[in-house]
Amino acid sequence: MKQEFKIIANLIDKKTRVLDVGCGDGTLMEFLKKNRQIDIRGIEISKINIQKCIRKGLTVIEGDAEKDLSQFPDGSFDFVILSQTLQAFLNPEKVISELLRVGKKAIVTIPNFGYWKVRLHLLIKGTMPITRSLPDEWYNTPNLHMCTIKDFFNFCENRKINLYKSIALQNLKSSKITSNNLTLKNLTAVLGIFLIEK
Amino acid sequence: MSKEINIKNLIIDKPLKLDCGQTINNFPIAYETYGDLNEKKDNVILIFHALTGDQFVSGSNPITKKDGWWSYAVGPGKAVDTNKYFVICSNVIGGCLGSFGPNATNPETNKIYGTSFPIITINDMVNAQYNLLDYFKIKKLFAVMGGSMGGMQVLQFVSNFPDKAVIAIPIACTSSHSAQNIAFNELGRQSIMADANWLNGDYSNQDKNPNKGLSVARMAAHITYLSKNGLQEKFGRKLQERDNLKFSFDADFQIESYLRHQGSVFVDRFDANSYLYITRAMDYFDLIKEHGGNLSKAFANTRTKFLVISFTSDWLYPTSENKEIVIALNAIGADVGFVEIESDKGHDSFLLNIPEFLTTLKEYINTSYLKK
Repeated sequence: MKQEFKIIANLIDKKTRVLDVGCGDGTLMEFLKKNRQIDIRGIEISKINIQKCIRKGLTVIEGDAEKDLSQFPDGSFDFVILSQTLQAFLNPEKVISELLRVGKKAIVTIPNFGYWKVRLHLLIKGTMPITRSLPDEWYNTPNLHMCTIKDFFNFCENRKINLYKSIALQNLKSSKITSNNLTLKNLTAVLGIFLIEK
Repeated sequence: MSKEINIKNLIIDKPLKLDCGQTINNFPIAYETYGDLNEKKDNVILIFHALTGDQFVSGSNPITKKDGWWSYAVGPGKAVDTNKYFVICSNVIGGCLGSFGPNATNPETNKIYGTSFPIITINDMVNAQYNLLDYFKIKKLFAVMGGSMGGMQVLQFVSNFPDKAVIAIPIACTSSHSAQNIAFNELGRQSIMADANWLNGDYSNQDKNPNKGLSVARMAAHITYLSKNGLQEKFGRKLQERDNLKFSFDADFQIESYLRHQGSVFVDRFDANSYLYITRAMDYFDLIKEHGGNLSKAFANTRTKFLVISFTSDWLYPTSENKEIVIALNAIGADVGFVEIESDKGHDSFLLNIPEFLTTLKEYINTSYLKK
């Protein structure tokens, strides 16, 4: 998902303080550090991934984003990134509000459950969709709260969360999401990338 | 201590005002170094030892003839690679391996200090050791690190000298000794004091030694360094060189024999009064209170990069207490990483061959050195 990283990088101002929530093996952090000269931290739950981050010289804190974001003061980061993990939380609503508390802005990316291939899979096969961005079976998927781009868009509107930028990503093509093309983008985008603020 | 053992000593002629109010002068700090100081003098790692540690962090300890206490982590090619880094470790004041402690002779009375030695604190230990930087003419350390009481000294060091170390690695420690920590230390102290040979601390002047008390103190403390699972796995209810219970108070169980052994070897290398003084210093350690209830203030203005490490089965200085340090550092936007290492070896884990721990140390130190 290099394309996703490039888009995220472009959303981040240079020389800012950034937190990558669920930073995994640090690939995105490393990419951003190199390209945006930012001061970046990661929080990650997997011990194996933490080792990988340390090997890359990245600053990472072992922890569970659902509990451990509380340790950061209000507005302690310019940007907080949550890349493709929102759907894996028990309480995504709370996580979003924590992201917006800790960060002045937040970047949230979500695999779009409204993508036409996902819909077609369910329509034709009648089983839970398995695609490249949703590779797991229903019984072992970490994804507890799948949503569509439209869902997230509406969620932000209802919560008065400012959708600063909304980007649809379809393979290598990215395009702007607006309330006018939302229904279409919800069908064609694999991934939604949102820059939000309170 | 036989005379041929070479203990490097530095006499500190700069007066040091202790937290208790007394000032000490012309006192010795015993130290050891490993590896070579490079030309830029930017490869220095200062290691702080734990309660019963000493300056012999690696190689062979000339007193015990055993490996240095942190040989798994420190040495040529090890996590702290002495082919690359210049490692300094010194005996804390209050200790008994050459640094100024209660077994030193008071020049005014020509008697061994014993309990007339001033009470010292972690802060005093750190301030005393800081003199090593002047001695080696080191402007900035690359790293300060240590486990347990060594970790407390790391925290105190950065708090006292916010711009003197590039990285700091406090391991399995706390920013404030808990009631449980104090309780166990008090148990050890009372055991020493209950020994008839302790003689109010004057035993050395009267050719006596409270070995039994010190040995029990060590046995009790040793249990706190292990975990229940670790003990169960290693010893279970296994019997010691016998097939059946003896119906006596002999060491029937292997765990009993093991603890007795730990106690008896300890008294050969450690001074009972030092044990009192150092445990007291640990109990008095409260970096939170020192900063008006806000631990973050201890690290205000620091530019040191931290990696805090804890172990899953350490119940003496549990992950939650290590995390408090991380939280305090995050609150002021300091550069802090944190990792909890999976181990069933309890608090002792930091001294043992735990590959995941040693790899973490090595990677962190080496990448930080490249990026500094």
